[in-house]
Amino acid sequence: MTEQLQHIDKKLLEILGSVSDPEIPVLSILDMGVVRSVNVENDIIEIAITPTYSGCPAMDAIGDDIKKAFKEKGMEAKVSLVLAPAWTTDWITPKGRAELEKYGIAAPLSAEADKEALLGNKKLVKCPQCGSFNTKLISQFGSTACKALFQCQDCLEPFDYFKCLK
Amino acid sequence: MNNNLVQYIYGIADNALILGQRLGELCGHGPSLETDIAMTNMSLDLLGQTRSYYQYAAQLLGENATEDTIAFLRREREYKNVLLVEQPNTDFAYSIARQFLFDIFHLSLLEGLKNSEDETLAAIAEKGIKEVSYHTRFSSDWIRRLGDGTTESHDRIQAAIDDLWVYTDELFHQTDADKVMVTENIGVDTTKLKEAYYKKVSAVLEESTLNTPVMEYFQKGGKQGIHSEHMGYLLADMQYMQRAYPNMNW
Repeated sequence: MTEQLQHIDKKLLEILGSVSDPEIPVLSILDMGVVRSVNVENDIIEIAITPTYSGCPAMDAIGDDIKKAFKEKGMEAKVSLVLAPAWTTDWITPKGRAELEKYGIAAPLSAEADKEALLGNKKLVKCPQCGSFNTKLISQFGSTACKALFQCQDCLEPFDYFKCLK
Repeated sequence: MNNNLVQYIYGIADNALILGQRLGELCGHGPSLETDIAMTNMSLDLLGQTRSYYQYAAQLLGENATEDTIAFLRREREYKNVLLVEQPNTDFAYSIARQFLFDIFHLSLLEGLKNSEDETLAAIAEKGIKEVSYHTRFSSDWIRRLGDGTTESHDRIQAAIDDLWVYTDELFHQTDADKVMVTENIGVDTTKLKEAYYKKVSAVLEESTLNTPVMEYFQKGGKQGIHSEHMGYLLADMQYMQRAYPNMNW
């Protein structure tokens, strides 16, 4: 969770934590780091979210899911989109990274390592299935804008790698 | 309303929209699954950026303007994209050459726009840089693979570069609106990007065993709304749904 959210009412955070990315259902939007601010004014909860990628189609769904989650608790939420500062994979929490791995998606490496891995120079991406580093890049672009496609050369399973965005 | 700012936004956003549309045409038609996914991923990034720009323009225009009316209900002459991005997907080499020649420019433009005194444009640019760096890596990589690949791939990518080269100079042209925006520290002075652009492009071409074309005469017109013969077909395809079923929603 980002620092600016630490003073937020636990009840509100719990509701936000129940909303997940429709493409990666194990990852809550809090662990993904897309919730930027929460303000309560006249009983209306104003939530600012930031897109992972400009064209991410999940943002509309996430906005709707947030409103729905609050409505179910009898609260009204307004969702706005902020672009700056731009989202980075550094905002994914340690818990989020662990959830990604469990789900079968390799978590982003550091910016330097990411470049080496995506250029195929070094074997740095760990297979989330068997833990081997003997993996190879299949495609720089994967099933969604935020992922690249890899394959493990030991267990032969293809898997997604969450690209580093800085 | 600041009309120069709106025109300036169109100049940048229309490039992203039209190239996004061209890349989208390859959905399901890429030469391999990986390249197909890559092209459509880039299309999605560009359309996402377009939406941010158009939402801002719609806010400036007021009245009933929305991102959709700007994207779908203008006439051909009102689109201010450069000729390069509307060129068709003749073959994979053309799609890659077009992407590469645009990406190198696009990245340097956004790096400049990041320092714009207009906060919204600066924020869209900051976000876009991360995506466009990735596009640049992809297209440069394919220039190398095709150029340094087989005789066939080498000849075809060289032909595509030679053909599209005529559209590169226009990237650096400035409209009157552009000039006003530069003096107000909102816009990027593209004339200053030119030298570095050709240097970067030539370096990648050389590395790929390709020749840098030498040309005296360049095509222009897109920035004034005077497009090539391909644009009408592209718009017909893109605007069809909104024209046939006004205000339709998914």
